[in-house]
Amino acid sequence: MADLRINFAGIRSPNPFWLASAPPSNSGAQVHRAFEAGWGGAVWKTIGAPVLNVSNRYGAWHFGGQKMLAINNVELISDRPLEVNLREIAEVKRAWPDRAVIVSAMVESKPEVWHDIIKKIQDTGADGIELNYGCPHGMSERGMGSAVGQVPEYCEQITGWVMQVAKIPVIVKLTPNISNIVMPARAAVAAGADALSLINTINSIIGVDLDTFEIVPNIGGKGGHGGYAGPAVKPVALNMLSALGTDAVVSESKLPISGMGGISTWPDAAEFLLLGASSLQVCTAVMHYGFRIIEDLCDGLSNWMDEKGFKKISDVVGQSVHRVSDFKNFDLSFKAVARIDQEKCIRCNLCYVACNDTAHQCIDLVAKDGSIVPPGSYDVRSNGKEEAIHTRPSVHVREEDCVGCRLCFNVCPVDNCISMAEEPPERPSVTWDEITQKQPEVTEDWEKMKAYREKMGIHIH
Amino acid sequence: MNEEARAAAGQEALAEALPPLTRHEALVESTRCLMCYDAPCTHACPTHIDIPKFIKKINTGNLRGSARTILESNLLGASCARVCPVQELCEGACVLGAEHKPIAIGRLQRYAMDYVYSKGVDIFLTAKTSGKKIAVVGAGPAGLSCAGELAKKGHDVTLFEKRDLAGGLSTYGIIGLREPVGISLAEVEMIQRLGVRIETQREIGEDLVLAELQAKFDAIFLSLGLGATPNLGIPGEEQVIDGLEYIEQSKLNGHNLKIGRNVVVIGAGNTAIDCATIAKRCGGEHVTMLYRRTASEMTAYPHEYDFIKKEGVRFEFLAQPVRIIVEKGIVVGVECVRMSLGQKDASGRPAPRPVEDSQFVIAADQVVKAIGQEKASLAARLNVKTQRGYIDVDEHFQTSLPGVYAGGDCIRTHGAASTVMAVQDGKLAARAIHERLVGNG
Repeated sequence: MADLRINFAGIRSPNPFWLASAPPSNSGAQVHRAFEAGWGGAVWKTIGAPVLNVSNRYGAWHFGGQKMLAINNVELISDRPLEVNLREIAEVKRAWPDRAVIVSAMVESKPEVWHDIIKKIQDTGADGIELNYGCPHGMSERGMGSAVGQVPEYCEQITGWVMQVAKIPVIVKLTPNISNIVMPARAAVAAGADALSLINTINSIIGVDLDTFEIVPNIGGKGGHGGYAGPAVKPVALNMLSALGTDAVVSESKLPISGMGGISTWPDAAEFLLLGASSLQVCTAVMHYGFRIIEDLCDGLSNWMDEKGFKKISDVVGQSVHRVSDFKNFDLSFKAVARIDQEKCIRCNLCYVACNDTAHQCIDLVAKDGSIVPPGSYDVRSNGKEEAIHTRPSVHVREEDCVGCRLCFNVCPVDNCISMAEEPPERPSVTWDEITQKQPEVTEDWEKMKAYREKMGIHIH
Repeated sequence: MNEEARAAAGQEALAEALPPLTRHEALVESTRCLMCYDAPCTHACPTHIDIPKFIKKINTGNLRGSARTILESNLLGASCARVCPVQELCEGACVLGAEHKPIAIGRLQRYAMDYVYSKGVDIFLTAKTSGKKIAVVGAGPAGLSCAGELAKKGHDVTLFEKRDLAGGLSTYGIIGLREPVGISLAEVEMIQRLGVRIETQREIGEDLVLAELQAKFDAIFLSLGLGATPNLGIPGEEQVIDGLEYIEQSKLNGHNLKIGRNVVVIGAGNTAIDCATIAKRCGGEHVTMLYRRTASEMTAYPHEYDFIKKEGVRFEFLAQPVRIIVEKGIVVGVECVRMSLGQKDASGRPAPRPVEDSQFVIAADQVVKAIGQEKASLAARLNVKTQRGYIDVDEHFQTSLPGVYAGGDCIRTHGAASTVMAVQDGKLAARAIHERLVGNG
């Protein structure tokens, strides 16, 4: 059994999974039940400035039979009285001393207001504070949330105010609604934050009703942008997480990062850990299925760690970060080609149409007699399952023409049917960066590029 | 149970067996479709409906488009969705069949068809009138398909049918639990709305003369179907009920359908199975199917055989009826002789031979025969060239008489006759007729 305990900037929890600051952690009763179900911690739904909420707060994007591939929301921070939240936070912490109770905060951008809320949170006995610089809707119109997170200077200034009075670990939560996530992260580092977390929700309009032409969700005839979250945002979150891990300033600071954005299952969790997150926050999956999902998050992660020989979470954290690089550093001589396992192939021809219509036209339909045939090459009178199955051509990759784009691999519905086989390189290893340094003319002039390709034997299909 | 209650229970027992898919089921099932390219289901379908296309249209909520996709290839899509032996055709070829289970193509097709028929949506507009007149003889699936396709092209089509109702076997000969009569008649009405004029109780060779049709019409399509059930040639034959009439009674006159207590069905094809199903479901206590060969030679589809076994019908294989035992005008049993299988005969199946002194009797108060249909005897009388009794056509479905085409069961010299094959014949013949009359375009 792998040891799932974590110590995140001094905040301890029995497993790395925390409820993200969101509706699931809106009240003491909910957090109690979440802890009963096994959650390692909870980031309390943001408290701070007074707010009022609206009806029809959540929209959702359903795709391919999957409900809530993403959710978006226009719910604001907690609309419950501050005193009630603070009292319940204290009660929960007293009842669950081994769990991580972190309180998310967002107030007006004034030092005295921030000082006040930080002190109040500390008085509850909470283990840490998360600064919500992320909400992209509502609060941002009042100069809070992402209005702070999008401006590194504000980020640094407000974090500085907080650090003046903070006695417990402070996590700065970053907004993804920014062109370069590294800038506000560096600002938080500069201001002395104890940890970072990302991502908050992404600005989005989830849809339009085709009967009424209203924006989804409809709020009294209007609608607007809301925060986008759920399985669909995971790749965006992983990229931003890796951007922090590979930034010299942020990585040298050694600030731990709490990762979130689309974590629904233990494999998602493992990916966040491998890319450098050392605690994990979950919201949409809980909103879809309830607190009970914690069981397989822990169980699956533990079994995977045992299988891979990881004894504790910190052994996993960041294991893949050194592999994250930029295009300019990729080995241009690396060669992989698609290979189809004819035994596993079910002849759906999805690889064929994807390659032929949209990629590099290197998959052929081959008839029983070995000849290459066009699609639909059967007589109009031919019918029946025997003829359809037994005369159906098979799909074959012309490996000499395959550029290794991997589209066929991605569309194939059968596990392990198409593999990307690594081939020995045909040329010495070289990167674009090296070419740019040694032969800059090749990168600037098509004629020079042509000469280079001819010399290196690079044939473009 | 009194007679009336028994009849009512029988009608309920023969109501359409498969419920329509719910919207949720249709969405889940259509999501599961991989959308194969150049899909094997489409190849396997005799009318080559673009199946992935119509399924994905269901998935996107474009039911009108889905129905159009089906009807463009197969005007009788609602019948075919119900009666097609999908296990042998589209679903049998589904790439998901081997590792999981095939997509329920038939039921998805029915979902799209039910949409247009329940909403009264007409998919096709009739084209500008061509001025060409075409006679179609026989309003079964081949005739309806041909007539409808020609009407879509703007031709003036008259469809002659000898019986009271159009629809052929879809109306009269397919058990209600697979296709209720209303489905077939709704398709007939749709074909009429395309502009086809249907004249029933008009039989060629009786009040219709081919030469006169040839004089009045620019082209003729013969879709005559098959003839009557052949005679058994045994004593007591007059007491035996014709299987097709048995099915017809159950569909159109169910309250007067008489079901025996001990029913023997002679034959082991799909019609025989329908007869046995009716007998068993409408009150027969012991239903026995009598077949002179064995399960491996029977012409019923394997899934039909699986079905009827579960209905509780008993099989008597390697048994040939030699006499219907009648006492005081009432059937009391079937005398049979045991058979053994010998060398392969002309059909490629082992020929059954009687075993000496092997007579035995099966108690029966009702005997139904479903041993196939004779070739249309009419074919010879019409002076068209025939092949083994079937009307001989060229690759364009044209008979030996110029301008006279034929399709459906009356030309099916080999292979299993089925509704969908007839629809395809009608469609292809319509194309050929159209090309002959107005050229390609």
